[in-house]
Amino acid sequence: MLSRRRLWAMARKEVIQLRRDTRSLALAFVLPVLLVVLFGYAITWDVDDIATAVVDQDQSSRSRDLIDAFRSSGYFTVTRSLERPGDIEPLLDRSAIRLALVIPPDFSAAILAGRPAELQAIVDGSDANTASIILGYTQAVALSYSSALRLEGRVRALPATAESRVWYNEELSSRNMIVPGLVAVIMMIIAAMLTSLTIAREWERGTMEQLAATPVHRFEVVIGKLLPYLAIGLIDVVVVTIIGVLLFGVPFRGNALLLMILATAFLIGALGLGMFISAVAKSQVLATQLAMIATFLPAFLLSGFMFAIAVMPAPLQAVTYLVPARYFLVVTRGIFLKGVGVEVLRVQGLLMIAFAIVGLALATRVFQKRIL
Amino acid sequence: MSQVEAMVSLERLTRRFGDVTAVDGLSFDVASAELFGLVGPDGSGKTTTLRMLAGVLLPTEGDALMNGTSMARNPESAKPDLAYMSQRFGLYSDLTVRENLHFYADLYEVPRAERDQRMERLFRFSNLGPFTERLAGKLSGGMKQKLGLSCALIHQPKILLLDEPTFGVDPISRRDLWLIVHEMVAEGVTVIVSTAYMDEAERFDRVALLNEGRLLALATPAEMQEELKGKVYAVVVDRLREARDRLQPLHQVERAAVFGDRLHVTLTDPSHAPVIETTLQDGGFSVRGTDRIEPSMEDVFIHHVSQAGVL
Repeated sequence: MLSRRRLWAMARKEVIQLRRDTRSLALAFVLPVLLVVLFGYAITWDVDDIATAVVDQDQSSRSRDLIDAFRSSGYFTVTRSLERPGDIEPLLDRSAIRLALVIPPDFSAAILAGRPAELQAIVDGSDANTASIILGYTQAVALSYSSALRLEGRVRALPATAESRVWYNEELSSRNMIVPGLVAVIMMIIAAMLTSLTIAREWERGTMEQLAATPVHRFEVVIGKLLPYLAIGLIDVVVVTIIGVLLFGVPFRGNALLLMILATAFLIGALGLGMFISAVAKSQVLATQLAMIATFLPAFLLSGFMFAIAVMPAPLQAVTYLVPARYFLVVTRGIFLKGVGVEVLRVQGLLMIAFAIVGLALATRVFQKRIL
Repeated sequence: MSQVEAMVSLERLTRRFGDVTAVDGLSFDVASAELFGLVGPDGSGKTTTLRMLAGVLLPTEGDALMNGTSMARNPESAKPDLAYMSQRFGLYSDLTVRENLHFYADLYEVPRAERDQRMERLFRFSNLGPFTERLAGKLSGGMKQKLGLSCALIHQPKILLLDEPTFGVDPISRRDLWLIVHEMVAEGVTVIVSTAYMDEAERFDRVALLNEGRLLALATPAEMQEELKGKVYAVVVDRLREARDRLQPLHQVERAAVFGDRLHVTLTDPSHAPVIETTLQDGGFSVRGTDRIEPSMEDVFIHHVSQAGVL
């Protein structure tokens, strides 16, 4: 027979212990804030302020217009004007610049003659992501420069233009991607790092032997231990969301209640998983390491938070289906950016509930009131 | 002892860890309101036995009936009637004395109205009253044990299992602990205590002597000592170890052992007494005294171990 009194006693005991454990408390409340601020400010895939060197061999008003177009785009900072293309290499080597533009001597002549004028862009490719973004910007600036020329009637050949529009994340700001994703990742951290300790700690300190001798049901132990961490996790969701919206201007277009309900299910699953690991490991150090590998890393690397799943190799893509954070990421991004409701998130919602049930079942199953 | 009276009943209780048999076919009964001792050296299987009786370790073979409930098949349903105090301090050191007591009262669903009354009473026994708001981890060793015992008693168990409760405890706390235990027995609680201190064995109603997982003897301390009556001599002699080695091979001597500044010699029969002095004097030892003494539990234990051919 399950007893509500025993369950509350477990939960209350856990709260008292947490309150006196400054390290865990810091982990629970400071770490999420630190992560969201760090990710929001520092780690971004947006590239701007690209240090650029220019070799203007044409020295005409046309070439100066082009350079101005780069300057005024907001992405490039022209830091140097070079005499010869040979001067580029040492600068790239030292990472003093990331892009060099070479305007050939016949640039304005070609434009006047109606021939295609060539512009050479040399990019530091050591960071492939950044390089392709810089190239994209370079082409965009060049394209808009040629469109302007076409309007002047200088160029007869119409450059093909593609007008693209981005939905949901109009500025393609990576913050908008990161903050909702971070909600999922932070919950995995809370679950993995905090709960992985709770049962292992009882084994290490010898309190489990005493607890096992009482009539407490193992389900009461699991749920009682889970409740305080669930509360912490939900508080973290709210805090991270508020910081994301207020500090970083991330849109929140969906239903907050729906987010909290699905977050609760996801958290229960993640906490159950952490507790399962804790009960298996029986030592705090091992439990923490296992938790890192089993929950935190997949949530970070394989959920689509850092790296898009679509571009992963097929076997790795197959693995991502087993990462619960993958589905929760769809939920948070969907609710934050698209404002979608249950009608779209039905499958993910069911998966969250399934995850919660599996997590609890695992934790309860493996936790035995037995020594050895 | 009839079945009806037995509060605890072991039936060939056995526990193996791999190739090691920690507890080997123990069978005995403990009566209601008996103070029962499990006595033996480290590694004799006391802790493993108590863990099985407490339902935190399943027997490999055999069974133990606690108040009629099988610990092999149904340990959880016996637990509300049991109390167990493990050898290692098992309470939460980051909870206060009061919080620990409340926690255990809740786990055993002690009615709230009774809880505070019982706590008051336990505080009177244990003298923990002034320390209710102190963290359990900040208590002295003896205080910790008394808190452990208080937490074990908060739900008024029928059977109390204590694993070396006095180990490493100062004499005053030790006396307090025994006072509480005797009080519980007087109230009808069945108490099983393990100890490696032979001098504590005399407190028990009955004692089970364990060695290497097996039952060597089971009797009242008086019966055990009676068996050796007139056979144990304390010999004051120089060159103790040499004297021991001289006496040990004699067929009349069951066991000669150094006890502090003298030899304890256990004879196979009281009539052999003169052989001690003659042997030692022939060997050139200067014997200053040979006195017949009351056998201690230590003598009893050594007697049984050597009879079992273990030593």
